[in-house]
Amino acid sequence: MVEWTDKERSTVSAIWEKIDIDVIGPEALARVLIVYPWTERYFGTFGDIFSATAVLGNAKVAAHGKVVLKALDSAVKNMDNIKATYADLSRLHYEKLSVDPDNFKLLADCITIAVACKLKSALNPQAQATWQKFLSVVVDAMSSQYF
Amino acid sequence: MVEWSDFERATIQDIFSKMEYEVVGPAALSRCLVVYPWTQRYFGNFGNLYNAAAIIANPLVAKHGTTILHGLDRAVKNMDDIKATYAELSVLHSEKLHVDPDNFKLLSDCLTIVVAAKLGKAFTGDVQAAFQKFLAVVVSSLGMQYH
Repeated sequence: MVEWTDKERSTVSAIWEKIDIDVIGPEALARVLIVYPWTERYFGTFGDIFSATAVLGNAKVAAHGKVVLKALDSAVKNMDNIKATYADLSRLHYEKLSVDPDNFKLLADCITIAVACKLKSALNPQAQATWQKFLSVVVDAMSSQYF
Repeated sequence: MVEWSDFERATIQDIFSKMEYEVVGPAALSRCLVVYPWTQRYFGNFGNLYNAAAIIANPLVAKHGTTILHGLDRAVKNMDDIKATYAELSVLHSEKLHVDPDNFKLLSDCLTIVVAAKLGKAFTGDVQAAFQKFLAVVVSSLGMQYH
């Protein structure tokens, strides 16, 4: 089981509190589609996502970005059992959505960058280390039902 | 050979023309040492690296961070032949310094986060894509002479 120090727990909560899900969610997903264009294949029903401008103006991308980031809330509130928390979601991404689990890491990286742009120096090295640890546990949990 | 769009060239030149080497270099290297602690093994003669505060305050880390960042200048000036530009540096890191090439990616990730935090909103998805592409080419060139 993953061990969290008190400092790590409070760091994750503090960062989460400062994040506006409705802003960071869309931004992170947009970055994924722009920076790693092959991910567009997962969103065939979203219309035009084939240029940065289109991605940034796309309402479905924005809506879905919010859904994805809101789902992180469960991990923030259940840091001691992230794996069980995401078991169903992992199975869904594997069996129904057929998402290559490497993409979870890409999304995690883009979330971190969006957070860095917003928090700037408040995301100091220790905070970055804790946040990346948190996201890597989430990424692991999301990959856990794949075989 | 790597193809660069006009936007990508302009973005890289712009970021580096405004770069505060003595701030960003130390910040990126110290983040690497804090977030990925195994990297400390390469800096055995740097003195106190026992905790984040020590790393961030360490003058040898700061100096070396600045040196590394200036090392990117040659790639910025030779974007059409980054591979040849770094052939010797790659040999040095492989044969003399024995650096695991996976670590180049870690450092480039930390540099991306520092630049993102510095530019804030200006670090758009397009800019992120260009910057990460540039660093990916650098990372690949540095790993090229390993065998």
